[in-house]
Amino acid sequence: MQAASSIGTSLDFYLFVSFALFTIGAIGAMTRKNMIVLLMCIELMLNAVNLMLVTFSTYYGNGDAQIFVFFTMVVAAAEATVGLSIIIMAYRNLKSIDIDMYNQLKN
Amino acid sequence: MAKDLTLLLIIALPLLGFAINGLFGKKLPKTIVGGIATAVVFVSFLLATTLFSGLHGTQIVKLFNIINFDQLQINASFQIDALSIWMTLIITGIGSLIHLFSMGYMSHDEGYHKFFTYLNLFIFSMLLLVLGSNYFVLFFGWEGVGMCSYLLISFHYNDAQKGLANSLAGRKAFIMNRIGDVGLLLALFMILGQFNTLEFLSIGKALQGDTTLQGGAMFFITFCLFIAATGKSAQIPLFTWLPDAMAGPTPVSALIHAATMVTAGIYLTVRSNFLFELAPFTKDIILYVGLATTLVAAFMALRQNDIKKVLAYSTVSQLGLMFVALGFGAYTVALFHVTTHAFFKALLFLGSGSVIHGMHEEQDIRKMGGLAKLMPLTHLTFLIGTMAISGIPFLSGFFSKDEIMAQALHHNPAVYAILVLAVTMTAIYMFRLYFLTFHGAFRGGDTLKSKVHESGLSMTLPLIVLAVLSVFGGLLNLPGLFFKNAAHWFDHYLSHGTFGLSEVHNAHLDFSTSIGLMLFASIIAVGVMIWAYLNYAKKGALAKEDAALNGWERLSAQKLYIDEIYNTVFVKPLLALSDFVGKVVDVQLLRNGVYALADGILNTANLTRKWQTGFLSSYLFWMVFGLIIFVAYYLLKLSVWH
Repeated sequence: MQAASSIGTSLDFYLFVSFALFTIGAIGAMTRKNMIVLLMCIELMLNAVNLMLVTFSTYYGNGDAQIFVFFTMVVAAAEATVGLSIIIMAYRNLKSIDIDMYNQLKN
Repeated sequence: MAKDLTLLLIIALPLLGFAINGLFGKKLPKTIVGGIATAVVFVSFLLATTLFSGLHGTQIVKLFNIINFDQLQINASFQIDALSIWMTLIITGIGSLIHLFSMGYMSHDEGYHKFFTYLNLFIFSMLLLVLGSNYFVLFFGWEGVGMCSYLLISFHYNDAQKGLANSLAGRKAFIMNRIGDVGLLLALFMILGQFNTLEFLSIGKALQGDTTLQGGAMFFITFCLFIAATGKSAQIPLFTWLPDAMAGPTPVSALIHAATMVTAGIYLTVRSNFLFELAPFTKDIILYVGLATTLVAAFMALRQNDIKKVLAYSTVSQLGLMFVALGFGAYTVALFHVTTHAFFKALLFLGSGSVIHGMHEEQDIRKMGGLAKLMPLTHLTFLIGTMAISGIPFLSGFFSKDEIMAQALHHNPAVYAILVLAVTMTAIYMFRLYFLTFHGAFRGGDTLKSKVHESGLSMTLPLIVLAVLSVFGGLLNLPGLFFKNAAHWFDHYLSHGTFGLSEVHNAHLDFSTSIGLMLFASIIAVGVMIWAYLNYAKKGALAKEDAALNGWERLSAQKLYIDEIYNTVFVKPLLALSDFVGKVVDVQLLRNGVYALADGILNTANLTRKWQTGFLSSYLFWMVFGLIIFVAYYLLKLSVWH
């Protein structure tokens, strides 16, 4: 496929930013115990992926992925709503939003 | 009334009696229970006579479809022809007499309604067996009579002394019959595979003019049918259940184990005549098995002291005689003997039942004697039965046995010689039984003697009817020598009205041979009668105690140790094998194996369970770890590719 020139050699920068965002999100999700931070990390990863989609969409001159990103953002918004309400309910139960407190299903 | 409706009524009535007595019999008075049971069978008999008188040709009555699958069509349908109607007449006719007899015989029994329920169910099953127009319906009846036989043999299973023995006898009969039934099932499957139908007529017509099916297939089919017949009709090697079956009440012995059910094997062979005609080797097997059975059973009967056991071995022996006739392909002759045998053997069994009833459940002939004066009617009818079975001239047994002997002489003189021996022994043990029971001094003690009484009318009336039939039954099939026009009525009746039998022709001997044969048979029978009279009645010889027996007498009394041999050869190895399977295979292999498998799974599960920490971060860690592995793998693959 013909490469579009509007991004040109700066493709690598976009990809680097996206990769850095994703890594920060993943490491944050693994290490942090606060549920709200966890949710934010997940959002971070999602947006990293969105960024990559948009980058390649522009690079190849094909708009499909950009439309797809809109859907991802809508779903992410909904997910954030649900996630936040779950966190509120969880907080009401244990007065804590530490994720390691929520392992009662184990046994 | 239309024929098909009549036929269905004949079958349905005993079923109705079974239902009424089975459901409400406990609450009904005894006379009504017995009355209903007897009446339904008797009405069936009357209906059967109307069918008999209006009989011409073969008619199929289809009731409903049982299996409709691809090309396989099996119907619940019935066949009206000479053979089936004749068997129906015997079953319902003698059946109603025995029902009547049972009303008196069982009058003191607790299980009165249960008894008549079973008896009606038996009649129903037996009618299915003989009236079915295909092997499937026949099989239904076949299994039904087997079950009723089992139920009735072990009828007194809770008797204080003999309960266990009765149950064991029932079980033995059931197992022995099962072995035969396997043969019938195999034959059915082979017939289905070969002809794609189980209808008698369709199979017979498929075989007409088609000679390609001779040989192997026919041999196996007929051989399996014969195995079934040996089970039901008590032939070597499956005959030992019949003497034990005498544990049942005496009317049962008369109805099931003498007159009707045990002749099912003969009926099966006659019905399948078109198959057997194509398998000469099977016919030879039938001949020699029948011959061996008739001889061995007659020998065993010589020194039995139980009045019913003598009659039981006699039945086995007579059935063997019928199979000899079948082996020669003389189907009508065999069926003629079935008929006369049904008359006189039912008579003898009912007579013995009357004796046992009068003697208050005593069956040992060593404790009887002199009953002629105490039970005059029973004595007279029993004498007629004895004379008929022994072949005293001009009684029914004389004619039917003579026919078989004539066939034997025509085909194979050696077989004839052995039959003469068997027939002589028959006369000996029957007259021994008769004289020991009814003549000499009473040996049961004075207290018992004062209680011995002649049986009531419901018991003596069947005896009288059967005695008349035993005397005149021979008129059905008179030999062709003296009665040119009336002769061989039964042969003609059967061979013209039954599919396949018109193709088969019995051997007919010339005039002088026939006369000689009859004279010889008469001399034997009368000679034995006179000898037995002199020995047992005049000289007063008695049955010896078991310990005093020696040589052949001991062999006869101990039934040639056949039961012991079967026990050693079949039962004990089987028990040992079951023991091995139960204790070693089951416990060691199966139980421990299953336990080990369960333990293994539990231990593995305990190990892997530790992975489920419940901490979200560790799950996430493993997820990312997997992701990295995937990415690394594909990157490596990509770099190796280029």
